[in-house]
Amino acid sequence: MPVPSAKDLLSIMPQLIVGGAGMLVLLMDAIWPKISKRLLAGLSILGLVAAGAYAWVTWPRGAVEPTLQNMVRGDAYTAFFTIVLAIGTGLSILLSVDYLEREGISHGEYYALLMFTTVGGIIMAASINLICIFIGLEILSIALYILAGYQTERVESDESAMKYFLLGSFASAFFLYGIALVYGATGSLNIEQIQDRLVGAAATGAGPGKNFLLLAGVAMLLVGFGFKVAVVPFHIWSPDVYEGAPTSVTAFMSVAAKAAGFAAFLRVIAGGFQDPGQTENLQVQISAVLASVAALTMLVGNVVAVVQPNIKRMLAYSSIAHAGYILTGIVAAIRPSGGLAMTNDAQAQAIGAVLFYTLVYTVSNLGAFGVVLALQKRGEEITNISDLAGAGARYPWLGALMTLFLLSLAGLPPTAGFFGKLFLLQALVSMNTPLIWLLVLFVLTSVVSFAYYLGVVKSMYMDRPEESDQAVLRTDWNLKLALALSAFGTIGLGIWAGWGFWVADHVADAFLAVAAH
Amino acid sequence: MTSASLLNLVLYLPALAALVLALLPKEQREWMKWGAFGASALTFILSLALLSEFNSNDNATVQALTEIPWIPQLGIQYKTGIDGISLVLVLLTTLLSAISILSSFDAIRERVKEYYIFLLLLETGMIGVFVSLDLILFYVFWEAMLIPMYFLIGIWGGPRKLYATFKFVLYTLVGSLLMLVAIIWIYMRSSQGGQPGTFDLVRLTDASGPLAMSAVMHPQERLWLFLAFASAFAIKVPMWPFHTWLPDAHVEAPTAGSVILAGVLLKMGLYGFLRYCIPLFPDVALKVAPWFLALAVIGIIYGALVAYVQQDVKRLVAYSSVSHLGFCVLGLFAFTREGVQGSVLQMINHGISTGALFLIVGMIYERRHTREISAFGGLWKVIPVFAVMFLITMLSSVGLPGLNGFVGEFLILLGTWGPPGGPNNQVAAALGATGVILGAVYMLWMFQRVMQGPLDRPENQRLLDLNVREIATLLPLVLLMFWIGAAPNATLRMFDQAIYRTVVLPIESARAQTAPPRTEIAPPPSGAPGAGLPPSLSQPALSSPAAPGNHP
Repeated sequence: MPVPSAKDLLSIMPQLIVGGAGMLVLLMDAIWPKISKRLLAGLSILGLVAAGAYAWVTWPRGAVEPTLQNMVRGDAYTAFFTIVLAIGTGLSILLSVDYLEREGISHGEYYALLMFTTVGGIIMAASINLICIFIGLEILSIALYILAGYQTERVESDESAMKYFLLGSFASAFFLYGIALVYGATGSLNIEQIQDRLVGAAATGAGPGKNFLLLAGVAMLLVGFGFKVAVVPFHIWSPDVYEGAPTSVTAFMSVAAKAAGFAAFLRVIAGGFQDPGQTENLQVQISAVLASVAALTMLVGNVVAVVQPNIKRMLAYSSIAHAGYILTGIVAAIRPSGGLAMTNDAQAQAIGAVLFYTLVYTVSNLGAFGVVLALQKRGEEITNISDLAGAGARYPWLGALMTLFLLSLAGLPPTAGFFGKLFLLQALVSMNTPLIWLLVLFVLTSVVSFAYYLGVVKSMYMDRPEESDQAVLRTDWNLKLALALSAFGTIGLGIWAGWGFWVADHVADAFLAVAAH
Repeated sequence: MTSASLLNLVLYLPALAALVLALLPKEQREWMKWGAFGASALTFILSLALLSEFNSNDNATVQALTEIPWIPQLGIQYKTGIDGISLVLVLLTTLLSAISILSSFDAIRERVKEYYIFLLLLETGMIGVFVSLDLILFYVFWEAMLIPMYFLIGIWGGPRKLYATFKFVLYTLVGSLLMLVAIIWIYMRSSQGGQPGTFDLVRLTDASGPLAMSAVMHPQERLWLFLAFASAFAIKVPMWPFHTWLPDAHVEAPTAGSVILAGVLLKMGLYGFLRYCIPLFPDVALKVAPWFLALAVIGIIYGALVAYVQQDVKRLVAYSSVSHLGFCVLGLFAFTREGVQGSVLQMINHGISTGALFLIVGMIYERRHTREISAFGGLWKVIPVFAVMFLITMLSSVGLPGLNGFVGEFLILLGTWGPPGGPNNQVAAALGATGVILGAVYMLWMFQRVMQGPLDRPENQRLLDLNVREIATLLPLVLLMFWIGAAPNATLRMFDQAIYRTVVLPIESARAQTAPPRTEIAPPPSGAPGAGLPPSLSQPALSSPAAPGNHP
């Protein structure tokens, strides 16, 4: 086995830093069981900041060669998702510290597991080999299975972990089977090589459109990804798991697992199965499937969220809906049409929109969960939307922040969420033959989403509960810091949306330059 | 200070004041009240300064322009500026905001701090809508304004406030999100020949420019986009049959909310038609105008008839708004110079008169905690000052000659009737005119039942007359009613060229392209763009625009 060179190691430096920090936390907790858990949390955050800063400082410009025997490409795309995941995990840790102490589950391995999940996510984003992506997926998933069942005292938490584990393993099997079939059809596991071979096959007239093995393989890959990012019809697990898992884990899961899932999803679909011959073929079929999945996801997520009394379930369905929005961007990124090649610009814009939306969703959603974590009713965490009643009048800043996060999720200007949706809509419109029905569905389901987001706002500001029956603020500076950072992101990415989109667009350009090489 | 920075100060001063209020302790209610009032009064004074900086001889040209790239990759700019139409609407907004803040001093007793914060944020949103010159920036303000209003109705509203506020928000959202799709579609189409697209309203509405909608789109496409924009604006106006949110929102809103809603928010729908729908798609507007005229006439008559049977004064005023706004739509879609002038003037008149009516209803409600017409009667004897104010306002709303309402309605009906042989809609004008009569019927009958007759209820005999603060809130509006009624030209002259360039000229070009030009009515507008006013149009009835020689 060849020894990895320095260049190889540098290209996976963020993974090494985060993984190393995770191990260190685990070891320190084992060696000094009495060690302050807050110290371990701080150490984890330090690791994440270091990884994020590394990705920022060494931001790759131009073409980047693959490393580690063509397994990994440390390009701008990887750097972007490294930073998104570092932000997501960092904020989740800040949100967790006080909550874990309150719930009596403050152990060192919690932070270690979060770190391992993040490593898995970064590996998924960085890999250009299907097996390597699978390994990342499993690292991420296994850590999440444990985290979902972290509150061993609560039977719901156990149930959540069990459900997640069973269905997750099932989805992993699908994914693995898909990899095998794709390998059988193309003879490669490297997505860039797969792309080359498909183009080659198209040139000799053996177009991939009729290759049943390949189609079945891609379909199974889609099932695997669909499960990870929770799109309809592979979403059934997510409300139950989100509801049962400890709230801090739910918050983390709803952003990190999704971001990582979409990172790999986009990389594989847009990088590996690009339309080779621009004729009747694979990509038309993939995009048709994804468009209908996106439509269903937006519809089911938004409509079902309206009737949820439980706030965690509501946010679960809301995050399903957001996966649907992001998916429309992926549809826009891959959809060819009528024998015309998509302009590179439009495609880059679509990918940029997906990246920007992922970042915006991460900060806004974590913020909303942060507010849920900050409140307590009769000594227990709040569960229902009605538990928030009166919180807006009682804690004006908290209410204002929650309103901000929810409006951003709903996509109201001038928050970041609006610009996220704007860019996605722009990408949808810029397709060669825009899917107008998808566009209209996007917009109408967004209107529906206002119903449940404003429902929470209504409860906070307009309902008046009994004085003794009100949720009280239980928070420490960690949580406040997390809320402040999320709020800064939510407003900042709105006001400086131009800058945010410039970065995302730049990443997309670099990504396409590789895909088109 | 340049006029551009003055405009931005007017725009953001209320929001800054809201931020300052947010940092003050909430126990200090007096600070909140006076701080909010001071900020909004200062905003009004600054907008008067803006007026004095404004060159109204050239009111069709955008002045006080700010242009900064915002999201350059996607052609989104931060672009604000005012022409005559924007300016008068900004003035109306700043005046009504200050007045509605002053009117809330006694009415709002709980959660005072948040109340004033939301009112100030709302003010910035409203001004922003009127000064934006970029489609996305416009959309940002248009939507951002929704949230403060949602809270104002939802927290400080009446018994059915939750239903009303939710309905208001959802109705508005459905329309405006369709508009968002249309805006993005325009962007896509404006990307021509490898050039990136744009959201710049000035470039997009240049009828002879390369980006004119008629140059970059199919007729069918234009029709759909027009309808998407129109859905947002028709709901906001609201035109019949999209009006059902309005009575609920009005009745449940606190007084200041109703004043702002009637005075400014409804004008945004009309402003949208005037600034976006018609200049972007003049040919479609021309084609669908009969439908809009029909809806406007239905709105006028329906609103008046429903107002007639209301038991609740506030609901009556709300339905009278539906009727009055029908007039504005009628004049606008008549596309004659007088009609559009009357429409814009009537927007202002309606803001003043109906704003004052809602203030009056609020004052009586604060005293009696009911708005049922049958609970009153003979109030004139107890509260004479109130009665005089009410009488003038009511007559202004009815359209008594000498007061402001008359001028607007007259111009609208005149413009809708049309010049002999020219574009005319005599049936619509005749039917619309019945609305004037019906307006007199329901208003006078209501006034009679509330203010005159026997004073037979003991609760009504101890009512207090207006205090100084209440007189101060009503007096500016009453003076304006007289002033606009006596010297309408001063107001009309602020936007006469602007409406010509924004509405009449594009429509005439479109008309000339679809039908052979009738040279005896209007000269062919082919040479007209930017060339000033055609002589045959420079002497309309009641308006005398600045001499054509002033703007080559």
